[in-house]
Amino acid sequence: MGGDVSDAPAHCPTRWTRRELLAHLAGVPLTGLVGCGLRDQLAFDGQLLSPDVSIGHRLRDGWRPPGATEPPEVHRVVIVGGGIAGLSAAWQLQRRGLDDFVVLELEHQPGGTSRSGERAGFRFPWGAHYVPAPMKENETLIELFLELGAIAATAEDGEPVFAEEVLCREPEERVFFQGRWIEGLYPHLGASDDDFSQLDGFRQAMRDWSARRDQAGRRMFAIPMSRGSDDEVVRKLDTISMDQWMQSQGFTSQRLRWLVDYACRDDYGLTIRQTSAWAGVFYFASRLRQGGAESQPVITWPEGNGRIVRHLANRCGRRLRGGHVVTAIRDAGAAGVQIRAFDTQASKTVDFVAEDVIFAAPHFLAPHLLVDWKASGRNIASFRYGGWVVANVFLDARPRETGREMSWDNVIYDSRSLGYVSSTHQTGSDHGPTVLTWYQPMLDDDPRVSRAELMRLSWRDWASVVVSDLRKAHPDIGSLIRRIDVMRWGHAMIQPRVGFVWGDQRLAAAESLGRIHFAGTDLSGVALMEEAFDRGVQAGDRCQLPSVG
Amino acid sequence: MIDRAPNYLLYLNVLVIATCGLIYELLAGTLASYLLGDSVTQFSLVIGVYLSALGVGSWLSRYVENRVARTFIEIEIALALLGGLSAPLLFVAFAQITWFRISLFGSVFAIGTLVGLELPLLMRILREHLDFRELVARVLTFDYIGALLASVLFPVLLVPRLGLVRTSLLFGILNAVVGVWGTYLLRPLLSSRGLGALRGRGFLVIGLLVVAFIKADTLTDWTEEAILENPIVYSTQSDFQRIVVTQRQGHFQLHLNGHLQFNSKDEYRYHESLVHPALTMADDAGHVLVLGGGDGLAVREILRYDNVKAVTLVDLDPAMTRLAADFPPLAELNEHALADPRVTVVNRDAFVWAGEGETKFDVAVIDFPDPGSYSVGKLYTTRFFQLLRRRLTDSAIVSIQCTSPLVAPKSYWCILNTMQEAGFDVRPYHAAVPSFGVWGFALAGMQPLLADTDGGFLIRHPLPEGLRFLDSKTMVALFQMPADLVPAQTTVNRLNDQVLVRYYEQEWGAM
Repeated sequence: MGGDVSDAPAHCPTRWTRRELLAHLAGVPLTGLVGCGLRDQLAFDGQLLSPDVSIGHRLRDGWRPPGATEPPEVHRVVIVGGGIAGLSAAWQLQRRGLDDFVVLELEHQPGGTSRSGERAGFRFPWGAHYVPAPMKENETLIELFLELGAIAATAEDGEPVFAEEVLCREPEERVFFQGRWIEGLYPHLGASDDDFSQLDGFRQAMRDWSARRDQAGRRMFAIPMSRGSDDEVVRKLDTISMDQWMQSQGFTSQRLRWLVDYACRDDYGLTIRQTSAWAGVFYFASRLRQGGAESQPVITWPEGNGRIVRHLANRCGRRLRGGHVVTAIRDAGAAGVQIRAFDTQASKTVDFVAEDVIFAAPHFLAPHLLVDWKASGRNIASFRYGGWVVANVFLDARPRETGREMSWDNVIYDSRSLGYVSSTHQTGSDHGPTVLTWYQPMLDDDPRVSRAELMRLSWRDWASVVVSDLRKAHPDIGSLIRRIDVMRWGHAMIQPRVGFVWGDQRLAAAESLGRIHFAGTDLSGVALMEEAFDRGVQAGDRCQLPSVG
Repeated sequence: MIDRAPNYLLYLNVLVIATCGLIYELLAGTLASYLLGDSVTQFSLVIGVYLSALGVGSWLSRYVENRVARTFIEIEIALALLGGLSAPLLFVAFAQITWFRISLFGSVFAIGTLVGLELPLLMRILREHLDFRELVARVLTFDYIGALLASVLFPVLLVPRLGLVRTSLLFGILNAVVGVWGTYLLRPLLSSRGLGALRGRGFLVIGLLVVAFIKADTLTDWTEEAILENPIVYSTQSDFQRIVVTQRQGHFQLHLNGHLQFNSKDEYRYHESLVHPALTMADDAGHVLVLGGGDGLAVREILRYDNVKAVTLVDLDPAMTRLAADFPPLAELNEHALADPRVTVVNRDAFVWAGEGETKFDVAVIDFPDPGSYSVGKLYTTRFFQLLRRRLTDSAIVSIQCTSPLVAPKSYWCILNTMQEAGFDVRPYHAAVPSFGVWGFALAGMQPLLADTDGGFLIRHPLPEGLRFLDSKTMVALFQMPADLVPAQTTVNRLNDQVLVRYYEQEWGAM
């Protein structure tokens, strides 16, 4: 992406040739692209993956499944969507003693963008791969983490003490800057006094935000965000971009701007110019204890948040139904809520009837699936989702290193990608074969352009982009690669663009429609595990308790 | 025609050529004796091959009939490239030890031949301008002055200041400059055809050598040249580390990534202290675990006990354990410990290994490298020690090397505090190992360690025969910590906050 992020083209015109597009995505000149001429010489294989969108697109285009041949299954609750939100809702229902439910998931594998993979003895994430350690105020999430064995004890101040093996092992992060790997994410090499004083100023500003309380005594930025303030002070931040906020505060240091832009791309898949200042500040301030200097430590597993998915899915047992495409949801009054689903494995239509429905699929699907959507008068046009590419790169051996040792998070400064995480880092294995998980958000102003490009490129194209990018920091990596699998996420993340988080559409979307309750991280405006969990738990709480006896 | 003034410049040329030639010879001799040992033989062979190659070169010069000046310059450029890169290339070749002698004497012969060609050709160039008597006198005078210059400069200035690799490259550059300069000095004797290409080649060689000179640090590990004060008898780059064995006065030393691991002169003090306190104190020592210690020396000490039924050695690097088993001086030193039927060698990262299996051990002897990096530092964390506890019986005893408590007190006490935090009962002890200085160890028990009435530790098994350092009294004395080795306050070393690596960097980095 070069030195000045603000000059990076945020929009990539569709008239570009495939090769130009590839070079653009890899952030290298055409001649530097592995795929250019050498593309046919990629001496390894791999797969091009994506969530199962075919039925979704058929539905969007008017296809409807045949009628059910059997009478409907009756459950107290039906949960639509088996990502973190849906699985958390199921977890909460069980905690409340409400065990009669099913989770209908489109894919055969649960977890949504938190899913993980397993191959050749390795576990690795396909998407979300960490959670900042929750603070004591987030009691429900702490209970989940206790179940996961991630909490060893409680400290005197009531804060949880996390198990050593789930906290990110040192060395945690490094950045490839000016030809070598350096510690941390801030590219401090050659930074001027002004750069450092701006960095200090920025950190102080974030500490101030984390210490501030509104009139109701709430934090300005909390996780989950629904616990934070809705005061005018924070709402105003949503009316400008993070870039504008930085300018207004005098944060002009190129290095600092890179760091903040990186944070926006990493957490939201948006550039500093596209991100709402509310979300930009939220990223930093919500992870600090009141006025504290240190961000909350990071909790992670080799398979990323797939570890949480596995636990939640195991608790659901057979109530989790994979390969079930929900095609219609209708509130039939006294007859309950009717759900029609197509079981792709058995290739038949199944009807369900429930007293409550938790809609935990991405919210943009609601108009397509809720039969009475139009009557609700709701509009969700401002919900926009970014596309991502995630590649798992299988290596026979570690690349040669210069400078700081390989860390968990490895960021390349001069890149459009976010770098990679090492899936073997938490296992303690520092030698021999490994799997690196490489991430790149699509940063176009119009996400539809991103999705079109995402789907247009072949495995060979993406593998070339990945190798070209990794070569910037690891010139010898080409010969170490055994396999690259590439996942294309069309709707990976809700995008907190300017005006979205505190806009009316998002606020209204979280309200139940009769007995249909909504869950999903998109209702929070930011894509975070903690938000998906919180929305799932809240939806689970809205379901009626069974009558005693 | 060449006029008289440049004649003197040509003598300067002779001087440089002679200096370069002798420097290449000295480099080869030095490298050979560093890397192969036995300097008398190596120098003698190198000088012999070099001088005979000079003869071959002189003889070959008769086949150069025309275009003498051009041939002379071509030879200069070739010699610059070959001689300049000789030391770096021989260092690289040394990793493939079977090819090393061939490349060494091959390059000595080639350099000698080219140098041997130089003077006869130069004399033929000059003969048209001088009478023969004067020519021979002057050329040979400068030749011998050059030799004197080289032999004085080499040991006094070049090797100590520049090291072998940079010396080699520097004289290659000088040689190439002479070649390019020659294209101007001898311009009247050279045809214009191909002159540009000739100069181009000359400049290309200069450029190449200058780049190599600047990058010399990455070319050979500077530290490696530093430890070359002792002749190397073996060296290899394994997948994990650089393994170098050096030899001096009948003793040899093992270096991993430039860090001394042991000196055969006094390693018995270290290994007896590491092993015997744990083995004599253990209730049962049927199954012993050795972590690190791929040199087999700790295993040698363990096998002295008849009650030891099985030893499992877990060391990351197969190249290291192979060396310990197959490299005669090392295999003799460890008394062929790794060939003993009681010993099983596992080449795994101990951290990964500890978390995988189920079998339990009665004694664990930990001999990891010092915590100089995060990948080693993880082996000294509470998490690792907790994983280790799962692989130990309820009454197991652990001993561990923990760097120097005198040089690095925070590092030393951090390791002990970390083990304590993980649930062990831990006692510090130390021993003097001349090659290392005062060295620190710790003894740790799954159960509280019992002390007998003398304040020493309960010795359940007698020390075995054949020890050179320990007897029962000195062993008790190891646990008496002197006043300058008092406990230091430290944080505990955890996976997510490896404070030990930072302590270690501060304390050893300040040395």
